[in-house]
Amino acid sequence: MEFFFQILINGLSLGFLYALAALGFVMIFKSSSVLNFAHGELMAIGAFLFLVLSAWAKLPIWLAFFLALAGSFSLGFIIERFFLRPLIGEALIEVIMLTVGLAIMFKGLMLFVFGGDIHSYPEFLPQALTLHWGAVEVPGVNVATFIVGLVFLGLFGFFFKYSSQGIYMRSVADNQPAAMALGVHVRRVFAMSWAIAALVCAMSGIVIGIINGINVHEVSAIGLKVFPVVILGGLDSIGGAILGGLIIGLLETFTGGYISTGLREVVPYIVLIIILMIKPYGLFGLVEIERV
Amino acid sequence: MENNVLLQINNISVVYSDVIQILKAVSLDVKKSQIVSLLGSNGAGKTTTLKSISGLLKPENGKVTEGTIDYEGHNIQNSAPEIVTRLGIIQVMEGRQPFKYLTVEENLRVGTATRWGKPYKKDLELVYHYFAPLVARKNSLAGYCSGGELQMLVMGRALMAQPRLLLLDEPSLGLAPLLVKEIFEIIKRVNQEQGTTLMLVEQNANMALQIADFGYVMENGKIVLEGDAKDLIENPDVKEFYLGVAATGTIKTYKDVKSYKRRKRWL
Ligand SMILES: Nc1ncnc2c1ncn2[C@@H]1O[C@H](COP(=O)(O)OP(=O)(O)OP(=O)(O)O)[C@@H](O)[C@H]1O
Ligand SMILES: [Mg+2]
Repeated sequence: MEFFFQILINGLSLGFLYALAALGFVMIFKSSSVLNFAHGELMAIGAFLFLVLSAWAKLPIWLAFFLALAGSFSLGFIIERFFLRPLIGEALIEVIMLTVGLAIMFKGLMLFVFGGDIHSYPEFLPQALTLHWGAVEVPGVNVATFIVGLVFLGLFGFFFKYSSQGIYMRSVADNQPAAMALGVHVRRVFAMSWAIAALVCAMSGIVIGIINGINVHEVSAIGLKVFPVVILGGLDSIGGAILGGLIIGLLETFTGGYISTGLREVVPYIVLIIILMIKPYGLFGLVEIERV
Repeated sequence: MENNVLLQINNISVVYSDVIQILKAVSLDVKKSQIVSLLGSNGAGKTTTLKSISGLLKPENGKVTEGTIDYEGHNIQNSAPEIVTRLGIIQVMEGRQPFKYLTVEENLRVGTATRWGKPYKKDLELVYHYFAPLVARKNSLAGYCSGGELQMLVMGRALMAQPRLLLLDEPSLGLAPLLVKEIFEIIKRVNQEQGTTLMLVEQNANMALQIADFGYVMENGKIVLEGDAKDLIENPDVKEFYLGVAATGTIKTYKDVKSYKRRKRWL
């Protein structure tokens, strides 16, 4: 039984991590229909930014965290302004190819600066964060992931549901010409969604870095995990991204724990295919409202 | 420009995709606080005229290639919609175009985009005052509203922007006669009570001319007729082609000849 709970908790925290990562991906897709293939690289950039600020510049941890997020947010803006905006009006496939190019460029730059070795952050999570229930142990990192994840999900939920900017962003995703006619600044909305996506990427990149250490190849490979997650949840559903993340996380740890570690990476994809056969738009994919 | 003219279109030509010319030397004036209606059959270029004002031509690869559009001392031909809307011109598009996955109230809030950060509670109250049926629907998704509710929604959404010039594209499209009447009454009230200037594109010429001060008739991308609304409503050509009333009291053969001539002059 303890083994079960241990796996459950590991699965949930892994799933939470995937959910966070997927959130950034869905954000961009929802507002501009662009599949961002540089997702994993953005995660790695965030993770390295935090490394530079915390381990190399030796800033206080909270400040380093804050600056890493702010830096990634700005990077998202810059990417949209300098790389994507010139392509507005071009075919979508060109924009998607551009993100593939960005991924290669970012990866190359990071390999150049940081090399291919594993780096790690200084220990900073207080011991008290680790929870014990009998023999079940929840490592401090996972507790921190839960807390940070919940706080940010709450903030994002609030932002999109109630704030005016959030509503403008949703209006662009819903009906772009109508949003334009009302004066919504569509390019600004695109820029904003890239900025928020890069911020969320940084956050998940940092958490992965804390758990596994940071390595360009590994972090960007985990970035690829967003694909099964978002396809499962429905490419354009934020709630779906969260649930999809949790499902894939749990599937991975349970397969690894009860069946075989070798199958860990495979089973989620098998389940994904089965679900897509039943629900082609994903669990929460937008089904067109037909009336009107 | 005369002092009481809010918008002046001078001889504009509009071309889509660099080759398809739709508007040819169109000129029209919209006076402050008036309702000007723009009539014409399908494909005449009414929507294109509105889009050339609001800046929505650009996303469709259209362009004003000749002439100017003056609005309060600004030359707005080919300006981006972000700019035109911030000068107070809001277009309510043909076919209603709600944000289906936003609630009614969220739809209305998008109307504040031109003045982000400013209070909007008063404007919401005003919209609910004009469009009372929206109150009961405010927390439901716009995608599930009826056609009448949607027309109210998109007009209310535009009012949220506190427009000075409101461009309405076929508000009566597909609505029951009683509802059309109600919508037109509200349009008139908004014009009188808020002082909003309106440009009204309509197929329903009768209704439109009843509330309008001035009217233009468009055919094949050209203005073919203009005049005070009360004169247009009496005009035999308008009667025949747009109000569905045949001119009476003329000898049959003579009438046929005459209407042939008229048609020829218009096309
Ligand atoms: N994006 C476009 N590219 C090319 N041609 C266009 C485009 N939009 C409209 N047209 C053409 O321009 C002409 C005028 O269209 P417009 O929509 O302005 O007419 P309308 O008077 O509003 O007609 P309706 O009453 O049917 O709405 C039509 O022949 C139409 O096919
Ligand atoms: Mg039209």
